[in-house]
Amino acid sequence: MEKRVTFNGWLLPAALIFPQILISAVFFFYPAGQAIWQSLFIPDPFGLSSRFVGLGNFEFLFSDPFYRASFVTTAIFSTLVTLVSMIPALFLAVLADRLIKGAGAYRTMLIWPYAVAPAIAGVLWLFMFNTRVGVVSWYLGQLGYDWNHVLNEMEAMGLVVVASSWGRISYNFLFFFAALQAVPRSVIEAAAIDGAHFWKRFFTIVLPLLSPTTFFLLVVNIVYAFFETFGVIHTITSGGPQQATTILVYKVYSDGFVGQDLGSSSAQSVVLLVVVGVLTVLQFKFVEKRVHY
Amino acid sequence: MKLRNLFLSTAVAATSVWTAAASAAEIEFWHAFTGRLGELVAEQVETFNSSQSEHKVVASHKGNYSETLNAGIAAFRAGEQPNILMVFEVGTATMMAADGATKPVYKVMEEAGADFNPDAYIGSVKGYYTTTDGKMLSLPFNSSTPVLWVNRDKLKEAGIDPDVDMSTWEQVGDVLGQLKSNGVDCPLTTAWQSWIHLENFSAYHDTPFATKDNGFAGTDTELALNSPLQVKHIQAMGDWAQDGKFFYAGRRNEGGANFRSGECALFTESSAGYAGIKNEAKFDFGVRPLPYWSEAAGAPQNTIIGGASLWVMEGHESDEYKAVADFLNFLSSTDIQAKWHQDTGYLPITTAAGEKTKADGFYDANPGTDIAVIQMTAKEPTANSKGLRLGSFDQIRGIIDEELEAVWSGDKTAQAALDSAKERGDRLLRRFEQSN
Repeated sequence: MEKRVTFNGWLLPAALIFPQILISAVFFFYPAGQAIWQSLFIPDPFGLSSRFVGLGNFEFLFSDPFYRASFVTTAIFSTLVTLVSMIPALFLAVLADRLIKGAGAYRTMLIWPYAVAPAIAGVLWLFMFNTRVGVVSWYLGQLGYDWNHVLNEMEAMGLVVVASSWGRISYNFLFFFAALQAVPRSVIEAAAIDGAHFWKRFFTIVLPLLSPTTFFLLVVNIVYAFFETFGVIHTITSGGPQQATTILVYKVYSDGFVGQDLGSSSAQSVVLLVVVGVLTVLQFKFVEKRVHY
Repeated sequence: MKLRNLFLSTAVAATSVWTAAASAAEIEFWHAFTGRLGELVAEQVETFNSSQSEHKVVASHKGNYSETLNAGIAAFRAGEQPNILMVFEVGTATMMAADGATKPVYKVMEEAGADFNPDAYIGSVKGYYTTTDGKMLSLPFNSSTPVLWVNRDKLKEAGIDPDVDMSTWEQVGDVLGQLKSNGVDCPLTTAWQSWIHLENFSAYHDTPFATKDNGFAGTDTELALNSPLQVKHIQAMGDWAQDGKFFYAGRRNEGGANFRSGECALFTESSAGYAGIKNEAKFDFGVRPLPYWSEAAGAPQNTIIGGASLWVMEGHESDEYKAVADFLNFLSSTDIQAKWHQDTGYLPITTAAGEKTKADGFYDANPGTDIAVIQMTAKEPTANSKGLRLGSFDQIRGIIDEELEAVWSGDKTAQAALDSAKERGDRLLRRFEQSN
């Protein structure tokens, strides 16, 4: 099924992939190598001395029940973020695809939240749900629901999931929308003539045709949830209450940049790298089989 | 050829002497203050710069306490450290362990030949930043201590005498009960729970927070925050939380908004909360000493400080250290300190500044502003109340926050939570010991 382009000689292909390799080397392989190297040491914060501990940092991590618990928290958080950011995005894209008037304006508005930096999005949501002055928590109070994400673990998790997903919906919307536009009208019209109603057409024709996009977004969103959400967590809950929202990447950040424990922080980055690597391989091995290009 | 070399070197030497004389030594000062405090620091720096022409201090704001410390550390690693770095009290052990990155204040003063008397500083402030043999490592700058803030109107509304005795937690417990039964939604809230209800609580009751003189006597220290007295206090707070008498607003000073808006009747917060409360509170407020449990022998001892001190960084020219010494001496001078104390609610770091404030009549005009000073200085600090010096303390506070939240929400008993906090904190202390 895949199309292959063959080049004659190696010079042109090498020149074409060189920039990508250079960027990967500088921004990925070098820092990743550094992290692996540093994970073998316990350095002091000022870089004055460094003790080689072998795998001591990893031992320290995995003997900590709270670190092990943070894997579960991360799994729940990532699953929720991926679902909450993809399903509404698809729904909105389907609606926007059917718009006849003002499509441009709707589209622009839907893409807007993507421009908001995660930490700022965190602060915005925090304001709305602030237990004292938040608009949403006030209305919830009127309805008789006492919102308190400062002590309630479920509410805290819900809030960081929504805050992390909000901007992501725009991103996903963009891809779903573009993919929907590429679905051949003739197929849909043919199905319509055969009497298939809208949702029938959606589930049997459109959704399978969207599968490459859905798969791509699945991978990208999981990576996002794993790596880029610490800003939101930092501004909203700082990992609390108790450890309810301490996901792996937030621990990397807080141990490294607040606790100055660069050895443990590096070891955690390495663990995270392995986890995401394995997850991505699994996805390509099992999920991609069900994708039709 | 030789003659030419000689000529050249003389010329170079002459030029450098000339530049040194012409341009003032410029020193960098990184701090963590914004808003009103930022303005006041800028004012101090401006006063210093215009008071003499030899040196020039350039102050820059580098974010909150943690961010400023991070910026200083990152700059040191890149060889571009400032001359003076503001570090919050929690980072003290980290800075002390960084031998070779910092230059102790007593040494800076000694080398500069400056007139420097460490005994001029208030004991419990100085104690936090000096070695066990009395050598000052960093200069105390902004120090505060926790007190009990009272919304007097709220007490009156609930039919309680606003001057009711609240010296002990037993008495506070009674007042909380009356407030609750008279329909007050938020009888008590707090800021900085670990700092006030465990760290200061321990010092105030002359109970160790950690072994080895709270870490002053060595990095092989262990937390001791799960003794019966601490457990009793945290359990009482936990019970109040369950009964709706204690409202938990967050790990930092989120509770301040609840108190300043008039929702909460009582509020345990730093004495430096004064500026904000005075500015925003539309009710009659009062300030009381931090309560203690009457059963505890030796209570009330003295409370300990929070805030920041100024660390001098290594790796600069000697004439810059002269400038640093002059600037630090200027900051501790009586007039500057007295003004700082009166403007901010931070403690006067020298005895003289406290006396001047009294002589100025400030305490008479602003009743209660001297309570923090009295509470800190009433008794000579003991090994349990000199302060805390624990590595990875920022992270340990994070652990304590998590465990206390488990008590407030009713998930754990105080005993279980504090035992767990000790166990988890000790792991970090062992790790810190290993890295240094």
